[in-house]
Amino acid sequence: MAGSIPASATADGAPVPAAAAAQRPLVSPWAEAWRRFRKHRLAVVSAVILAFIILAVLFGPFIWTVPINEIDFRARLQGPSWDHPLGTDDLGQDLLARMLYGGRISLAVGFAAMLVAVLIGTTVGAVAGIASGPVDAALMWVTDLFLSLPELPLLLLVIYLFREPLRALVGPEMGIFILIVAVIGGFRWMPVARLVRAQFFSLREKEFVEAARALGASTPRLVVRHILPNALGPVIVAATIDIAAAIIAESTLSFLGLGFPPDVPTWGRLLYDAKDQLDYAPHWALFPGLAIFLTVLTINFVGDGLRDALDPRRVV
Amino acid sequence: MRAVDGVDIRIGAGETVCVVGESGCGKTVTAMTVLKLIAMPPGKIVAGRILWRGRDLVPLDTDSMRKIRAREIGIVFQEPMTSLNPVFTVGEQIAEVLRLHEGLSRRAALDRATEMLRLVHIPNPQRRVHDYPHQFSGGMRQRVMIAMALACNPKLVIADEPTTALDVTIQAQILDLIAEMKERLGMAVMLITHAMGVVAEVAQRVVVMYAGKVVEEAPVGELFANPRHPYTQGLIRSIPRLDRAGAGKARLEAIPGTVPSLLAPPPGCRFAPRCRHATEACRAAEPPLREVAPGHKVACIL
Amino acid sequence: MTQYLIRRLLIAIPSLLGISVILFTVLALAPGDPFEELATNPAVPPEVRLQLRASLGLDDPIHVRYIAWLTAMLRGEWGFSFVSRVDVDQLILQRLPTTLIVIGSSQIVALAIALPVGILAATRPYSLFDKIANTLAFVGFSLPTFFTGLLFILFFSIYLDWLPFVYRTEINATGFAWFWEHVKQTIMPVMVLGLFQGAAWTRFVRSAVLDVIRLDYVTTARAKGLPERVVITKHVVRNAMIPVVTLVALQMPIVFGGAIVTEQIFRVPGIGSLLISAILANDTPVIMAVTFVFACLVVFFNLVADILYGWLDPRISYR
Repeated sequence: MAGSIPASATADGAPVPAAAAAQRPLVSPWAEAWRRFRKHRLAVVSAVILAFIILAVLFGPFIWTVPINEIDFRARLQGPSWDHPLGTDDLGQDLLARMLYGGRISLAVGFAAMLVAVLIGTTVGAVAGIASGPVDAALMWVTDLFLSLPELPLLLLVIYLFREPLRALVGPEMGIFILIVAVIGGFRWMPVARLVRAQFFSLREKEFVEAARALGASTPRLVVRHILPNALGPVIVAATIDIAAAIIAESTLSFLGLGFPPDVPTWGRLLYDAKDQLDYAPHWALFPGLAIFLTVLTINFVGDGLRDALDPRRVV
Repeated sequence: MRAVDGVDIRIGAGETVCVVGESGCGKTVTAMTVLKLIAMPPGKIVAGRILWRGRDLVPLDTDSMRKIRAREIGIVFQEPMTSLNPVFTVGEQIAEVLRLHEGLSRRAALDRATEMLRLVHIPNPQRRVHDYPHQFSGGMRQRVMIAMALACNPKLVIADEPTTALDVTIQAQILDLIAEMKERLGMAVMLITHAMGVVAEVAQRVVVMYAGKVVEEAPVGELFANPRHPYTQGLIRSIPRLDRAGAGKARLEAIPGTVPSLLAPPPGCRFAPRCRHATEACRAAEPPLREVAPGHKVACIL
Repeated sequence: MTQYLIRRLLIAIPSLLGISVILFTVLALAPGDPFEELATNPAVPPEVRLQLRASLGLDDPIHVRYIAWLTAMLRGEWGFSFVSRVDVDQLILQRLPTTLIVIGSSQIVALAIALPVGILAATRPYSLFDKIANTLAFVGFSLPTFFTGLLFILFFSIYLDWLPFVYRTEINATGFAWFWEHVKQTIMPVMVLGLFQGAAWTRFVRSAVLDVIRLDYVTTARAKGLPERVVITKHVVRNAMIPVVTLVALQMPIVFGGAIVTEQIFRVPGIGSLLISAILANDTPVIMAVTFVFACLVVFFNLVADILYGWLDPRISYR
């Protein structure tokens, strides 16, 4: 409620001292966003945990230098100990080392797939927003169509059909990375496209865009300088959520045994390997599972905080 | 924040009282408070009484309050476009009140709803009763709202700016309808408005509010003949008048400035910052409401 | 209403066609011959392979191939599973009921959680209940189904030994015991899916109710003297359901994804686990057919959502 009633800017200049004093000094939009983000306590805590996870997978392998593929049959399926803080798997390989390494892949897939999704989404949304008319209608039909595609079965189908040729082309690891990133990104661009397009339609008739147009700004310049920056807030929020969704998608594929090859221990792959030993070595499944859960949860909370900060009008 | 403060409004049986003032001066809050429709929290009645037929409504529990709503006090809101539920037919919505308060069956309630629609001059009521709100125009929806408010024959109808959202031609029709209903059903009416022209047409007694306070109260003739508060004078001068417009050079006067923020009301008389007669004494202390003539009260030291 | 129904049906057809084009494009773009395995599979004689190629018209121009493929798909001629040695349509018809039962019950569980919790949270915004519900909802949809599934097995099957973690089709019992065994083995897959969806929907319901609850007509309902309970359940929820239906329809692809994962974890013999085993066994006709069935199911549920939408919102069906 506070501040919703404008302080009376009296036309005849009569002083209204108390009301005028209540006005906050002007701050930049980013500082204002940061102020709102900070109010979301869970988001702040999540951001800290997420930063820790990212730093751990980036620099962890330099500190915990146990190789990820050192086989030690005497130490098979061991629970957490000083030698192996997160235990070992059925070949006696150190799980902490494997998780730190695998986390890099999981997070890299998440970020890369998000970038693909945002890139496609922004392009489609911008083209639809500029063109309007039949082009817009066609693009939005395609967007709606993609929204109603069964994502996972199609992911599986594409990976099934293209896995081998790509593996032959760029090697097993890179091949599957490109494939997974492209496919996950290719199935997640629709919300961004809709957001960007909606932003175009709401901004196109706004005064400042009209003014820029009247001053002779070209269409690309208008788009880059005036419209896209305004769409940035909602897109950042959608992109954040996309990272979480991409991480889940990659883990799901790996968990089904259709993602990365066995020697690339992404978190989902670790779970896949662990699931048949659940009764002997629950730690093997629990730690990677918790890692996925914690990463996704913190990203979702950060996304929620960013929504409060950057896009306060939307609720869902 | 005190939205309304020290507001004392009396309405006798069968009387029409107009509450006037600019937007944001607490008229709607006053109306909603009578039926305790302000969300609590965040809203709160800090002090005071709402006396209804000798009974104070403030301490009343929700269940007893519900029995007064619509049955004894009906209310018509400002926005006919949004005040009706879009997913139910207007018949169902009127019938709902009757089934609740008069225990009518679905069939009987719907028949009465049709009668109510006929009463408020909606053409073809037997058919229209099965229509949804989006099939009605704004003026027609306001008629439906009035039918709903009158369905249980309340003793008092509060109409909160019932014509503000409508076209000018429709406004007159709705005011006429309210006057006609009052004539036929004999209830008291509390009409909230910001248009002095409306006041002159329908009111018996007028209460002028400014920034959450009552500043003047008088019978309608007395008020227009002898307005005492500078704010009332300003409101009356802002009515467009045909006879004066003929003079050519007389321009419509507006009151300079806007209603102050209620978060930080100015000290002393709240109108002082906009008042051309204001003195140091006005800014120092708040003037009390005093009776200057029989039935005519004003909160101004001048 | 009839007109509306027909229009929605007509809109569903192009989207089904669009999906089939995407499916076919993926198939056509795939490098190599989808029947390559047949060449290396000693169980299939070369004449059969040539015959198949000819019958499927693999050498025709692309649009002819698409139309031939589509008509075959629509007529249920989905080919022969080389792994199971039965017709694909039979295989799918066998498995489909199980999938539909698991998905259907899990949606009921999800609704049973999301409606009361979401509504209650929205009527007391920022209360302790709301905060706890909101946090749990975040936890719920951040927990991937495959991890919840493993946690459930770990706790209910291994630790408590209450529920079986492998789904069996043949149960040696009759009457109530048979039914009870079925319920026991269905609980975990249904709960895993239901909790995940329930968490997501709770947020939808809460925000939709929160949007509606401050509208003018809710004040009108209160001014009528209706009890708060009736105001919420009749006037608020009915309107709040309108956006929720759309959001739930948009979630359907995710629901099917979750179903594939849970079927795989609990070895539920539905079309999801069929898809995985077909992929692992390179059984192309089955993979194509299951994907097509999933696509049809999504379109079908979108249609159901559209009909519900028209039924909930009179403004739509009369337009």
